[in-house]
Amino acid sequence: MKNKELAVAALRRGTVIDHIPSHVLFKVVKLLGIEKLDKSVTIGNNLTSQRLGTKGIIKVADTFFPDEVINRIAILAPTAVVNIIEDYEVVKKEQVVVPDEIVDIVRCTNPKCISCNEPMKTRFTVVGRDPITLACRYCEHEFSGDGIELK
Amino acid sequence: MQTYRQRKMEKQSIVSIKDLTKENILELLRVAELFEKNPNRRILAGKVVATLFFEPSTRTRLSFETAVNRLGGRVIGFSDPAATSTSKGETLKDTIKMVSNYADLIVMRHYLEGAAKYASEVTDVPVINAGDGAHQHPSQTMLDLYSIFKTQGRLDDITITMVGDLKYGRTVHSLLQALSHFRVKFNFVACRELKMPQEFIEFCVNNGIDFQEHTDFSPEVINSTDILYMTRVQRERFADLDEYERVKDLYSLNLNMLRDSKPNLRVLHPLPRVNEISQDVDDSEKAYYFEQAHNGLFARQAMICRSLGIDVKD
Repeated sequence: MKNKELAVAALRRGTVIDHIPSHVLFKVVKLLGIEKLDKSVTIGNNLTSQRLGTKGIIKVADTFFPDEVINRIAILAPTAVVNIIEDYEVVKKEQVVVPDEIVDIVRCTNPKCISCNEPMKTRFTVVGRDPITLACRYCEHEFSGDGIELK
Repeated sequence: MQTYRQRKMEKQSIVSIKDLTKENILELLRVAELFEKNPNRRILAGKVVATLFFEPSTRTRLSFETAVNRLGGRVIGFSDPAATSTSKGETLKDTIKMVSNYADLIVMRHYLEGAAKYASEVTDVPVINAGDGAHQHPSQTMLDLYSIFKTQGRLDDITITMVGDLKYGRTVHSLLQALSHFRVKFNFVACRELKMPQEFIEFCVNNGIDFQEHTDFSPEVINSTDILYMTRVQRERFADLDEYERVKDLYSLNLNMLRDSKPNLRVLHPLPRVNEISQDVDDSEKAYYFEQAHNGLFARQAMICRSLGIDVKD
């Protein structure tokens, strides 16, 4: 039984994203397009976490995300930590960084905003980091926390 | 033919009052003064200005079109989107791209917030925002500033009292942002439902703006005021109609209330007014709201020239 657990958990080479708040885990999966990958993917959720209470974790074999892609998840999961694995060893461990501008990832919560009514890229400036607060480039409407929805 | 000097500046869209620095605002006021002295010039001869009104606003459209016509430019556009391809589902981007083939400047009003900003990003033709939903209406703000400047002779060291709907009234929010460049003391007079939103209170605090909030429209407040900026309290803003009936007349102005006010006090209102200023105020020399609307012509002429990169010197 123990050997089977290890076979799932151990990653020879790839990316482990840890410390994802449980309630946003599947949003993070969607944001990174993980469901479209053909590599081995392990997703765990509601795991015990001292910091978060419960957490999610994503392990993707033979895949490394560029910083600008991985940092997208910071708006949903600013606590997430990205581990780069080579030969079963963690060779790099970094917390995600919230970018200054969020382009075409989330939608504006103001239904009267042009960006909700026109086929166009959404753009937000990050005006607060704890909690993450976004200001729409177009209508200047600000929102944060659970108000942040993926496009 | 009038003589004037002009030189080329960079073209610039004006979509938000926040696009304008203190220097930009003072320069626009200076040019508006020149246009007030002589509004009929041939500065825009050979220029075509498109007025695209995706929602009707006769007052604003006529003011902009008069501004262009008096400067010798030509106007194209529409005042009713039902007659355009927008009603066929054309995107704003496509409409703006198409019009950009014909016009040197686009003046647009739209029912969606941020529409003018987006339009300015999809074209090289400068865009002036003539109102985008509840968001921004910078030409209204410029005419308010010009009216204050004209009646008080300055924008510093004055007390402005804003009365009525301070929650939804975009004119008061934009005016507050524009005046943050100057030393102005504010009184915000409104009922609890329509008080100044917290984000603008924080804006005042963060920018060191002197302000006081009141629920009473009291003689003390009126008599310490240089500019009384009245706004309309609209019934549809209230969830509780009993509350509307209770407060609707508390923020109305009549002539008697101006009895002990300062001689330089002027009453402004973005119009249309309903019953928040009684008719007996109209004949007072302190009533300024009709001249205020007239000042919009000169403020808009100044903004049009600024957007086209025309520097008006005399």
